[in-house]
Amino acid sequence: MTKNFEKINDSLIKRQKSEKNFKLFGLIGIICAISFLIIILTSIIIEGKKAFVSTYIKLDVFFDSKIIDPDNTKEDSVIKSANFNEIITKSILENFPEVTDRKEKIKLSTFISSSAEDELIKLIILDKALIDQKKELWLLASSTIDVIHKNPDMLNFPEDERLIDDKELKWFQWFLSEEKIKFSANKNFFSNADSTEPEQAGIWGAFVGSFLTLFVTLILSFPIAVAAGVFLEELAPKNKFTDFIEVNINNLAAVPSIIFGLLGLAIFLNVMHLPRSAPIVGGMVLALMTLPTIIIATRASLRAVPPSIREAAIGLGATKFQTVTHHVLPLSMPGISTGTIIGMSQALGESAPLLMIGMVAFIVDSPGSIFDSATVLPVQIYLWKSTAARGFVELTAAGVMVLLSFLVLMNAIAVYVRYKFEKKW
Amino acid sequence: MKKISLIAATVALGFSVESFARDQIKIVGSSTVYPFATVVAERFGKTSGFKTPVIESTGSGGGLKLFCKGLGTEHPDITNASRRIKMKEVKKCSKNGVTDITEIKVGFDGIAMANAKAGPALELTLKDIYLALAKVVPADPEGNTVKPNPYKMWNEVNPNLPAAPIVVVGPPPTSGTRDAFNELAIERGCKKFPGRKALKKKDKKLYKKECRGVREDGPYVEAGENDNLIIEKLVADPGALGVFGYSFLDQNRDKVKAAKVDGVFPEFEAISSGKYPVSRSLFFYVKNAHASVIPGVKEYVKEFTASKAIGNNGYLVPKGLIPLPENERAKFEKDGKTLAKFDSSVLKKK
Repeated sequence: MTKNFEKINDSLIKRQKSEKNFKLFGLIGIICAISFLIIILTSIIIEGKKAFVSTYIKLDVFFDSKIIDPDNTKEDSVIKSANFNEIITKSILENFPEVTDRKEKIKLSTFISSSAEDELIKLIILDKALIDQKKELWLLASSTIDVIHKNPDMLNFPEDERLIDDKELKWFQWFLSEEKIKFSANKNFFSNADSTEPEQAGIWGAFVGSFLTLFVTLILSFPIAVAAGVFLEELAPKNKFTDFIEVNINNLAAVPSIIFGLLGLAIFLNVMHLPRSAPIVGGMVLALMTLPTIIIATRASLRAVPPSIREAAIGLGATKFQTVTHHVLPLSMPGISTGTIIGMSQALGESAPLLMIGMVAFIVDSPGSIFDSATVLPVQIYLWKSTAARGFVELTAAGVMVLLSFLVLMNAIAVYVRYKFEKKW
Repeated sequence: MKKISLIAATVALGFSVESFARDQIKIVGSSTVYPFATVVAERFGKTSGFKTPVIESTGSGGGLKLFCKGLGTEHPDITNASRRIKMKEVKKCSKNGVTDITEIKVGFDGIAMANAKAGPALELTLKDIYLALAKVVPADPEGNTVKPNPYKMWNEVNPNLPAAPIVVVGPPPTSGTRDAFNELAIERGCKKFPGRKALKKKDKKLYKKECRGVREDGPYVEAGENDNLIIEKLVADPGALGVFGYSFLDQNRDKVKAAKVDGVFPEFEAISSGKYPVSRSLFFYVKNAHASVIPGVKEYVKEFTASKAIGNNGYLVPKGLIPLPENERAKFEKDGKTLAKFDSSVLKKK
C-alpha cells in the first residue's frame, strides 16, 4: 500500500507541475495576443487621430470687385468663373511685402489649399454684400503645411530632408509666431470622397459605397441562404445527393475570397456585361461569399430548435411548411441574424475580390445608386496607403479606425442579439 | 423555385443593363501615371462640369489588356502606360475592333535606385546593376558565354562597392516600371559586353531573354504594385536597395536617398535632359471611337495636354512629373485636339 502511495505522491508533484506549465503557456499566449493588439491599435490611433484635425491659416481677405465682378453684374455664373486664386494670393502677400519674385509668390500661394477657392465662391454667392469688403477668415492650409504643423520636429531637419525649403520655413514660422495658424476639426474627412490632395480627401464616398454594396449583398444572400438552409435541414430527404451538397457548402465557406472575385469578373462582367466598379457587382460577388456563412448559421440554429416543437405542430395538424414558417423559423431567427451580421461584417472588410471587378479605383464623386462607380472602406484604405503624398499616412490610419469601429459595432450588435433573444431549451 | 426565379431576375437585370449609357470617363493603366492622371481628373471634374473620371491602377500591361478588349461602354476609354504600346498589343487591339487610337506622351519619369538614409551611399554603373540582377551573367570577360548568376555580394560585382549582400526590392513583371527597368538598366548594362551585343544580331530572342531576364534566386525581391511598401521595406532594412519612380523619391527624401547611376543622381534636370540613364516616357492612349460617345473624353485630353498641366510650370510638376520640351508638348496637344490616329509602323523601326 505505502509503496503505491509513494508512487502516487511522486507522480502528483509531476502532474501538478505540468498543469502549472500548461496554465502558464496559455497565459503567455493570451498576453502575447493582447499586447500585439494593443501595439497595433495604439500605433493606429496615435497616427490616425492627427487626421481628425486640419490646419487653418488666418488671412484678411479682400473681395476685390475688380477681380470677382468687374462689370457689377452680381450674377452667380460670373462669380463662379472669377479667379479666386488671385484673391487668396494677394491676401497672403499682404503679410509679406518683401516677396516680389514670381516663383516665390507661387510658393507662398500654395500655403493655402486649392479648396479654399470653392469656400470663398460659396461665401460670396450667399452674401453678395461682401464684395469690396475685407473679412478675416480662417482658410484651409495645404497638406504640406499641415504635415509640418503636425510634426514640429521636422522643423529641425536639414533643408533637403524637409518637405519645405528654408524660405517657406521662415514664412511658416512667421504665421506660427503671429498665431495666425491653428488646428480645427477636419470636416472634409467625413463629408468628401477621395481626392489627390490629402487635406480634401474624405471617407464619405467609400462609406456610401460600402453601404450600397452591403445592401445588395444582404438583399441577395439573406433570402437565398435562409431558403437553402431551411430546405436542406427541414425538407430535403437525407441521401447521397444532399450529403454531396452539404459537403460542398462547407467547402465553399473555406474558398479564398479572391476566387469569388475571379468568378464575378468572368460571369457578371464578361458574360452579363454589368458595369465595372459598380456596387451591384460588388454586392453580388460578396453575396456569393457570404452565402455559405449564412447557410451554415441557419442550419445550426434550426438544429437547435428542439424536435418537440415540430412534433407538437405536426400533432395539431400543421403541414411541414406551416411548422417551419410559423414555429421553427421564428424561433431560430436570433441565431440566423447573428450569423448574417457576422457574414456582413466579413463582407465589409473584404477587398481582394473587389480588385478583380474594378472597385479599386480613384473615385471623386460619391455614388448615388448601385450602378454608379464606387469604392469601399477597405479599398479606400489600400488606395491611400499606396499614394506618394505624405498627408495620406494619417488618413490611412484614420480610415482603419473608421472601418474597425464599424466592425466592432456590427459584432457588438451580433453579440447583443444573441444574448437578448436566444432561447435556452 | 424562389432560387431559380431570383437567378432569372438577376440574369434579366444583367442583360438590361447592357444598354446602360455611361456619362463618366473610365480610365485604367499604369500605377506610375496614376498619381498624375488622378490630379488631372479631379481638376477636370471640378472645373469642366463633366463627371470626374474613374481611374483604376492596373499596371501598364493590365491596362492595355483591358483597353484592347473591344469597343463599347463596358470597356475603358483611356489607358495610362509608363512604356510605349507594343506591336503585339496593337495587333490585339485591332483584332477586337480597336483600330483608331491616339497616343499622347505626357512627360518623363526617372527610375530611381535608392536605399535608406542609414544605408551606405552607393555609386552604381549600369554594368553593376546588370551583373547584380540578371538571371545569367557572362562567364568570360568578353561575354561570349554565360553562367547562372553566382553573385551574392555587391563587392563581388564591383570591388569598389561595399561588402554587403545584394538585396533589391522592386516591382513585379506586370509593372511598366519593371519593363522599363529591365530595358533601360539591365539590358543596357548587358550591352557593355561585346559578346552580348553581338548576340543581338545573331539571335534576338535569346538576347532578349538573357539580357532582360531578372534573377529569381532571392536577391531580387518583388514587392507588388505599391511603391510606398518598397520605401517602408527600405527603412526597415538599411542594407536593401529599392527600385521606384522619381515622384516617390521626391516625396520621401527624409527616409531614403538615391544612388548615383553612371555618376548621375536622379534629379529633375538630369532626368529631363536625359543625362540620368534610367529614365522613360509616360503615355496615355485614347480610344477614338469612344470620344464621340462618352461625354468629356476630348475635354479631358485637352486638360491633360494643356501647358497649365504638363508644361514647365504646370500643376503636375510639383507632383513629380518631369515635363516634355515645349515643342514636343505642343505637338501632343495638337494630336489630342484632332485625335490623330496612332501609326503603329513607328514601333517596327525600333
